[in-house]
Amino acid sequence: MCGPCQAGVRAVPGTALRLFGMGTEDLVVRAEGLRKRYGKTQALDGVDLSMRRGTVLGVLGPNGAGKTTAVRVLATLLRPDEGSAFVAGIDVLKNPHAVRRKVGLTGQYASVDEDLTGVQNLVLIGRLLDLSGRDARRRAGELLEWFDLTEAGQRPAKTYSGGMRRRLDLAASLVGHPEVIFLDEPTTGLDPAKREDMWGVVRTQVASGASVLLTTQYLEEADALADEIVVVDHGKVIAHDTPDGLKRRVGGQTLRVRPSDPARLPDVVRLLDAAAAPGTAASLDESAGSRPGAASVPVTGDEVLDKLIPALRADRIEVTELGLHLPSLDEVFHALTARTEAKELV
Amino acid sequence: MTTIAQPQIRPAGSGLAGTVRHSLALAKRSLIKTMRTPEALIDVTIQPVIFLLLFTYLFGGAIANGDRGGYLQFLLPGMLAQSLAMGGVALGQNLNADIEKGVFDRFRSLPISRAAPLVGAVLADVVRYLSVCVVMLGFGTIMGFRVETGFLPALAAVALSIAFGLCFCWISVWVGMLARTSGAVQGIMFLLVLPLTFGSNVYVPTDTLPGFVQGFVAVNPITPLVTTIRGLLVDGPVAGPLTTTLIWMAGLLAVFVPLALRAYARRA
Repeated sequence: MCGPCQAGVRAVPGTALRLFGMGTEDLVVRAEGLRKRYGKTQALDGVDLSMRRGTVLGVLGPNGAGKTTAVRVLATLLRPDEGSAFVAGIDVLKNPHAVRRKVGLTGQYASVDEDLTGVQNLVLIGRLLDLSGRDARRRAGELLEWFDLTEAGQRPAKTYSGGMRRRLDLAASLVGHPEVIFLDEPTTGLDPAKREDMWGVVRTQVASGASVLLTTQYLEEADALADEIVVVDHGKVIAHDTPDGLKRRVGGQTLRVRPSDPARLPDVVRLLDAAAAPGTAASLDESAGSRPGAASVPVTGDEVLDKLIPALRADRIEVTELGLHLPSLDEVFHALTARTEAKELV
Repeated sequence: MTTIAQPQIRPAGSGLAGTVRHSLALAKRSLIKTMRTPEALIDVTIQPVIFLLLFTYLFGGAIANGDRGGYLQFLLPGMLAQSLAMGGVALGQNLNADIEKGVFDRFRSLPISRAAPLVGAVLADVVRYLSVCVVMLGFGTIMGFRVETGFLPALAAVALSIAFGLCFCWISVWVGMLARTSGAVQGIMFLLVLPLTFGSNVYVPTDTLPGFVQGFVAVNPITPLVTTIRGLLVDGPVAGPLTTTLIWMAGLLAVFVPLALRAYARRA
């Protein structure tokens, strides 16, 4: 039984580990030592991957890191030069045909047939998965409704917007109720609202028992969806951990305070300095992406709040935000990739 | 762990029956695409008509000493063969474009035979070759062409034409898998199709040609096809050239189907 799955929420990181142990039977994707070279480019340079059943694994990395190559190997589209891979317990290299029954793939570029309507696209996939004509049409109808494409279903896909194509493409990968879903940068180029819709789809799939491996360049996306994250750079895995674990690796917590009156910011900075971890000082949040008007300081733990809150009260500083944060995945990612670059320079 | 109950997917996926079923489903896809873009049929409808008009009324008088009617009887069966060979070029272009767009990635990730997407596309080309036959015979009749043999031989000529088209187009499929762009497919294919069709007995009797050209014409697969179609529609030998044509067709399949499938498998 998978409680969290049934309840319709994603599994709490680590719980499945404890519940099921780490036997390989729980690993729905298992790859070891994958290597693939294209001419002079070593796209994969000894990649190990593992994904537990019923979870989301985020494969994070910059452009050209080898994410797409890894997905193409696991989805049987590409043979690696070296290494082994098992998906749903089946050897990808020895029995690719059987693997294809278990997986759904949505590529980086929406691979829908533009001349076919939404319905025709999905019915074709259903027929190729050996559904009867009637079952294929019923499944197509279900998926179109679910992806809010019912009205557009009779129109050729070339008339669809980018977001609609992505949804149709994702629907196409779900026709056969795959156990394992590979999503290669499923939200690249989508606006934020559409991205959240896509996240909802991923969560629903996991809730209904599927396992999802998704590649992304967006740390926010990996953070929001993934139970575990693999960071890939230059064809190598440079980290594999839970989102929180990754953040913890890079450093301690940050305390951030936002006064309701921006004029009180200097007072806030003074108080935060008093709470700072040894050798650090408070700073104003001015980095790109963060809203100005707040101040942050690295701290050693939450015990600093015991002094800070009475101090804020005593100085009559009203706050709209006060919280402890782990570093963002952005910071983690840059720290990790900078580390590998430094190693390569040596 | 629980898994949600899944509708049964029939296990029979591989094997010959599966490949045939999947190929037909994919052929239907190609047909839908053709219906959506009728302008893609220009090369098997209007273009052959233009060639027929051009060579009958512009060059025909000079080639046949003013006997345009007689020349049309000679020319049309040859032109039919040429249009079939040219009609296959678009297939390689379309497949190349499909691969570039990523549509084939979807097919490759499905539990179907690797051959099915290619076989399906080839099967759908039947419509194009049938169109060539109907247009050539229909418009030819308006221009004064007459079948001198009978209904059954004419039907056999159409059947042979379509069958030849289905074999010949595997060259185009192969080139479509190898070439980097669909424009390149067209360029390469015309480099092949133009010498094969013009360097044959399509336009002029072989005995009017210089010796070294006669040598090329004699080993050209288009030549026995043209001779057979002429025999079936107008008059002349059939059995001998038909045998040679069938051997060529088997040879084309034996060489280019494996080449195309291998190139498809390698194209990542």
